Amino acid sequence: MLKLSGKSVIQLNINNNLYEVAVRPSDILVDVLRRQLGLTGTKIGCENGDCGACTILVDGWPTKSCLMLAVEAIGHTITTIEGLTGTAVQKAFVQHNAFQCGYCTPGFIIVCASLLKHHPNPDDYTIESWLQSNLCRCTSYQEIKKAIEACFDQTLAITEPI
Amino acid sequence: MLAFNFDYYLPDTVQEAIDIYDSVRQEGKKPYYYGGGTEIISMGRVFNVIPDAVIDIKKIPECCGIGTDGKQLIFGSAVTLSSIYESGLFPLLGLAAGRIADHTIQCKLTLGGNLAGTIQYHETLLPLMLSESTIFIASPDGMRQAPIRDVLTSGKRLAPGELIIKVSLDAKFASLPYAHIKKSKTEKIGYPLVSLSALHSDGNLCLAASGLCEHPFRFNDIQIDNGQSAYEIVQQLQQGIPAPVLDDMEGSSRYRIFIFQRTAENIIREFREHKGKSDA
Repeated sequence: MLKLSGKSVIQLNINNNLYEVAVRPSDILVDVLRRQLGLTGTKIGCENGDCGACTILVDGWPTKSCLMLAVEAIGHTITTIEGLTGTAVQKAFVQHNAFQCGYCTPGFIIVCASLLKHHPNPDDYTIESWLQSNLCRCTSYQEIKKAIEACFDQTLAITEPI
Repeated sequence: MLAFNFDYYLPDTVQEAIDIYDSVRQEGKKPYYYGGGTEIISMGRVFNVIPDAVIDIKKIPECCGIGTDGKQLIFGSAVTLSSIYESGLFPLLGLAAGRIADHTIQCKLTLGGNLAGTIQYHETLLPLMLSESTIFIASPDGMRQAPIRDVLTSGKRLAPGELIIKVSLDAKFASLPYAHIKKSKTEKIGYPLVSLSALHSDGNLCLAASGLCEHPFRFNDIQIDNGQSAYEIVQQLQQGIPAPVLDDMEGSSRYRIFIFQRTAENIIREFREHKGKSDA
């Protein structure tokens, strides 16, 4: 059984790199990613699980890192937006102008990558269900949907650089 | 950021989890079982919850199981709502789980958290009530199992130190025609004005509701293949609402009743016409 009390050094697997960080059990993952590891692509928005700007992948599934303790990530594979650099989804967002101010974009790309990995050819209901997790104040939703549709059936290229 | 400290435990067994809870409590401290943790973290940020210790149950095998032996379906308390949906084991439970919060949160929120959390709607309870599920609970006194309706309905809560391990149900319920419809005030994501789960079994409508009253409840089963209009059946159902209908800023009691009536009528028509699933 693992017990952590006070500040402890833990090891995290992020974007296929192992990092050692000193955290309190109550430290939130998004804060550790940004402030200790400099992975500032993951954005802080509402800090309440509503906006999706802080979304990362945990073992391939989208997770809001503002609602996850850093210590919960021990033993899991974490992917941040930095880990999706050069992927088909990222390129599709650029090609389809699927952003305006760009603040929400990392969270959207993360969700889209996971969606397409688990459902390579999703129907509208599935796309809508997954994307409702994220908010875009610039309302680029239609362009984001087009970017997803451009990636249908490209399973292998979703999370690997192309 | 959480502006306080706590100890973090990751037990390997149910007994370890129970023992930790007991020992922390005996020190005069406040332990919490920790599944998805979404409620503890969001409430912790505004100091509504300040644990001295969290006991993460996600490494306990019994809490993480999901599957079937052909006769029974098993859902561990640490199984996420998205896993329930993706498994397709019990489509009605999957639909109900798939309408709680948003999809990404469903990848973190657990069945046990939805059943035992402080948010009153507990929408996964609806399909579990309709399917006469059994709940398995561990405590310092040992393990017990009971019909879920005897443990969590009518506002009944777990005693301090009790931990939900899993729920099980007869696999036959997974093959019945079903419907789950959630109506919220504005958008799809939000607390329910009315959430209805329904099964169609032997001509009977088995219906459970959340959002209508303070606590989720199951209506008495009612025959719907007897020539009565959907309107007449819903009028009878309405007589069986067991407590005052909620009247708050989310919706007045009259509006909730109106939504309930229309939604229940739609479910009855759906069952009569298509005998199939429905979700909105």
